[in-house]
Amino acid sequence: MNVKEGYFYSKEHEWVKIDGNKAKVGISDYAQHKLGDITYVDLPSIGKVVKQLEILTGIESVKAASDIYAPISGKVIAINTALENAPELVNKSPFEEGWIAELEISNPSETANLMNATAYKTFLAGLEE
Amino acid sequence: MDFKNTVLYDEHIKLKALMAPFAGWNMPIHYGSIIEETKHTRISVSAFDICHMGEFIVTEDPSKSSLDKIITNPVVKMKALTCRYGFLLNANGTPVDDLIVYRLQTDKWMIVVNASNIENDAQKIKENLSKEAKFEDISQATVKIDLQGPKAMEVMKKLVGDSIKKLKYFQFDTFDLLGGKYLISRTGYTGELGYELYISADKGVELWNKLLADPLVKPAGLGARDILRLEAGLPLYGDELTEDVTPLEAGMEKFLDFEKDFIGKDALLKQKNTGVEKKLTGVIIEGRRTPRHTNRVHIDNTDCGFVTSGVFSPYVNKGIGFMYINADKVVEGNEVLIKLDKGEVKGIITTPPFIKNTSIKYQEA
Repeated sequence: MNVKEGYFYSKEHEWVKIDGNKAKVGISDYAQHKLGDITYVDLPSIGKVVKQLEILTGIESVKAASDIYAPISGKVIAINTALENAPELVNKSPFEEGWIAELEISNPSETANLMNATAYKTFLAGLEE
Repeated sequence: MDFKNTVLYDEHIKLKALMAPFAGWNMPIHYGSIIEETKHTRISVSAFDICHMGEFIVTEDPSKSSLDKIITNPVVKMKALTCRYGFLLNANGTPVDDLIVYRLQTDKWMIVVNASNIENDAQKIKENLSKEAKFEDISQATVKIDLQGPKAMEVMKKLVGDSIKKLKYFQFDTFDLLGGKYLISRTGYTGELGYELYISADKGVELWNKLLADPLVKPAGLGARDILRLEAGLPLYGDELTEDVTPLEAGMEKFLDFEKDFIGKDALLKQKNTGVEKKLTGVIIEGRRTPRHTNRVHIDNTDCGFVTSGVFSPYVNKGIGFMYINADKVVEGNEVLIKLDKGEVKGIITTPPFIKNTSIKYQEA
């Protein structure tokens, strides 16, 4: 399972990549693999404000409908509209083209509640046992 | 609970299949992508491990047929080397199972049944067969592989020769294959041209690998099979067909031969006269969300039914599903509101199949 360096991860398998006061969020390679083919991503509204680990939006796969939690608090300032007609981008490129939303964040120190790549790898190894 | 493995289990593991329990069996759900396997079946050919299904042989004098009085299929009227879809019903008209009957010879039939119902079916059929009739459950000894897709005839020609061309839809015969003579029918559960191959268990792995060696053929799992059958408008026992519904409610009247006896006939004749309260129909969702088993269906703010199964259809590029709704509400093109586990979504009542003009009736000169 691919785990990308420079990203922070939640226990619910979302990732966040922070760039100044902006942060892109998506789901991890592990998550997309577990969900199977993604058939629908409910893109959140621009301007939506979420707190860390609250429900950001939902996603559906050939198996089930699931919630996506915000890995960090913020306001939605951009969404990946490419997912409207090509949700499979989440499967093909979970860390790049399959990003879901971009947030404006005010408290980057919240990453303390998340895992870095090394910690997430260890976390995944524990799940696979 | 212990799950049974089919003889192809090791092959699925080698192919890195995601295995999951289905009807008491460890079955391949997919080999990487359910959607890709679905698409491949619609343009080329897929091989499916269907060993979990059950096969019975009934032998009896057709002039004193007791099987004819048990199931809805016209077993005595059927020509040899043809098969027919039908039901084994309870006395109240609800299905114990749906099945396909093959007339092997004048006095011999094969019945193909769902994996989850093998024991129930066998018991119910044996209870009602005459003393003279012979019943044999050959499920253990039989491997069933489905080969489905528009290029399936091309693959079969390479396997058994041009004689495969003579089979029309719902016909079968025995063919020389891997040193034996085995039954191949032109049937399937995908809406495409395709074949179901019945071979002795010891030849299963060899046949599977021989099929997959053809560059046109890829393996497909039960996930793709579910999407394909739903797109083709084919019901699944456990979802659309249960002991809470009747074949009349499921829109399956053409598979009931009312000119002869069968278990459940009286109850269904009664229901035919009074009319059905609910009816099975289809829905296309406005968008990509998927309706799921047991979701409630509302029309004009009134609860009027439930979804039996749903998938995202790569062909329609939308969510599709089957649902039972009040019979008077079944109006093609009308709008329904489906209450999903999370949120709700609009859909349009659409009579299945959701895919038309497939390769299913393809004939070659």
